[in-house]
Amino acid sequence: AMLTRTSRLVSGARRARHGEQHEGLHYNIPLQDMRTLFPHSLPPRFSMQVKTFSEACLMVRKPALELLHYLKNTNFAHPAVRYVLYGEKGTGKTLSLCHVIHFCAKQDWLILHVPDAHLWVKSCRSLLPSTYNKQRLDQPAEASIWLKNFKTTNERFLSQIKVQEKYVWNKRESTEKGSPLGEVVEQGIMRVKNATDAVGVVLRELKGQSSLGGFRLLVAVDGVNALWGKTTLKREDKSLVAPEELALVHNLRKMVKNDWHGGTIVLTLSQTGSLFKPRKAYLPQELLGKEGFDALDPFIPILVSNYSPKEFESCIQYYLENSWLQHEKAHTEEGKKELLFLSNANPGQLERLCAHL
Amino acid sequence: MAAPCVFWGAAVSHRLFLGGRISLALRQGVWKAAAAELQVGTGILRLRHTTGVTAKKNVAALRRETYTVDFIKKQIEEFNIGKRHLANMMGEDPETFTQEDIDRAIAYLFPSGLFEKQARPIMKHPEQIFPKQRAIQWGEDGRPFHFLFYTGKQSYYSLMHEAYGKLLDVEKRQNQLQAKGLFSEKTKTKDLIGSRWLIKEELEEMLVEKLSDQDYAQFIRLLERLLTVECSAEEEEFVQRFRRSVTVQSRKQLIEPLQYDGQGMAFSTSEGKRKSAKAEAVVYEHGSGRIKVNGIDYLLYFPVTQDREQLMFPFHFLDRLGKHDVTCTVSGGGRSSQAGAIRLAMAKALCSFVTEEEVEWMRQAGLLTADPRVRERKKPGQEGARRKFTWKKR
Repeated sequence: AMLTRTSRLVSGARRARHGEQHEGLHYNIPLQDMRTLFPHSLPPRFSMQVKTFSEACLMVRKPALELLHYLKNTNFAHPAVRYVLYGEKGTGKTLSLCHVIHFCAKQDWLILHVPDAHLWVKSCRSLLPSTYNKQRLDQPAEASIWLKNFKTTNERFLSQIKVQEKYVWNKRESTEKGSPLGEVVEQGIMRVKNATDAVGVVLRELKGQSSLGGFRLLVAVDGVNALWGKTTLKREDKSLVAPEELALVHNLRKMVKNDWHGGTIVLTLSQTGSLFKPRKAYLPQELLGKEGFDALDPFIPILVSNYSPKEFESCIQYYLENSWLQHEKAHTEEGKKELLFLSNANPGQLERLCAHL
Repeated sequence: MAAPCVFWGAAVSHRLFLGGRISLALRQGVWKAAAAELQVGTGILRLRHTTGVTAKKNVAALRRETYTVDFIKKQIEEFNIGKRHLANMMGEDPETFTQEDIDRAIAYLFPSGLFEKQARPIMKHPEQIFPKQRAIQWGEDGRPFHFLFYTGKQSYYSLMHEAYGKLLDVEKRQNQLQAKGLFSEKTKTKDLIGSRWLIKEELEEMLVEKLSDQDYAQFIRLLERLLTVECSAEEEEFVQRFRRSVTVQSRKQLIEPLQYDGQGMAFSTSEGKRKSAKAEAVVYEHGSGRIKVNGIDYLLYFPVTQDREQLMFPFHFLDRLGKHDVTCTVSGGGRSSQAGAIRLAMAKALCSFVTEEEVEWMRQAGLLTADPRVRERKKPGQEGARRKFTWKKR
């Protein structure tokens, strides 16, 4: 089945074994998994493509393969290793992250996926002073959305994990020690005012309990440079908010620190949603700033680059098989060369170009 | 368009002659009009807008200005004397002073910043300046000299008469040969390539007479008919008088020499301009199609697809899409003009790797021509270059 360019690896067991010989081939994710793992958290163009083709196909590429290799060989007794996917705009960092998440989900890990950290630092409608800590600010809307997604992704773990402490939400409601984590999540979803605190509780519990070994935790954050950049949020008195003052950001920063073990942290840098960063910046140093770089140090950087010629061919074949390219010159050699030149083998650009054909 | 201003020096005093129509600006005391017969009416004629081709050949307009034969002869003498003076002034030999030398000398002595080339000072032979005129065509008794005078277009009809006469001669000769049986089929088509028929304006100038389009077409048809039949040498010569040569390639494209860098890879450099952007491109012979602009990859430098399509055009035209590596520097202009400048520079650099024929194809495709369009100036009384202010009825 591996001989054709676009092979469909359907069975679940074989999906775990992606080796180097599969590089450049596409593999299918069943739609059921898509809804569980990625509720509202795919890049918009990719989700449009999924809807059009009515199937989700990711290409197996070298950075993802490298990551999977590392993941398979991690030692869970050591502190969590941080991997940072970086690269120019449109090279496929987010989709590589999705590939890794899917793999881990098949291996029964607990997925903590933040689809885009930039959404938490810009254009937030409601900012409330935090109930837990007076100096910080809450974001009930974003927090409740994230809790809903978290619930959809990790249904089965919510009843397994038990909280270690008692949490009092307000005068009437509290969560007892030993109750399942699902209750905390429900609390956050129902009482939107406490959503941010619920998120904080969830993160703290997971961090503490992953070291015990009951499950393996994958922390996947897209656009992690948002946590250390600037925000565009203002208080009522028009003073700028620093990222530390947002409770969500603060908790997430603690999560991304490697002082726990029993899992991994995979991060992606993104310039597209970032604030106040030049368009051509893509290196970790530029996008994270000094503060972020020091906070994340040490980490393993993985460069995601443009398509290799083989991958480019494979992508074009995939589009042709789905009858996406209607231009009569699209399947000729010259047409392919033109597309190669115009997009310079950049996956994002290629996708946008082919959308016009 | 102002008439050409003509100078020729005569000893001490300068006399400016205002040929053709008088222009506005030069009515100052220093310049005296040469002869009373040249003043056209009183005051200043309104400038008529005519295209450059017909400015000097508008025979009908000069009906009022007649130059006598003596006058023209005097002008020619003065021109020759002036030419010798000029040669002495420039320190050159008066005997071998050609028209190009005169032009260079005048441009040196009277530098002019005027944009219109025909408004600058020139000094040419009076034949080229004064339009050709017809001498009086009737004698003292009022009888015209030419037998076709009363047709109105005497030279045209006499020419047609002559051509048709030649055609009849040729046919008569052919009939005689056929009768004798010595008729030999011989067709020659050699002269038609590389030459063209006279255009109507040129014919009018030759005959010093106005023609209509139908007359011109008739004449050309007659000449072509003369060509189809086999004719002797003198008829050939007659027809050739009415043909002008046409250069096959209007301009030879400069082909940059190849240079070789340290590793032995051949490369060639050239420049290109568009609006206010200047670019310099270095195209390497063997590569994989990577392009670097100012050290940045072209995908990042030109995020817009349209600019990248412009860069793709020269390579796509020559079918060499992934075969060359390019490094270029560009400055000035906006994103679209920078793309155009780089495209021109790359096309010029590619000329050195490509055959002559392909260079000609590129030239015809417009890849090697610098785009002359620049931003048009805003005029006073208008909102923009062309847009007028909103017209309000009251």
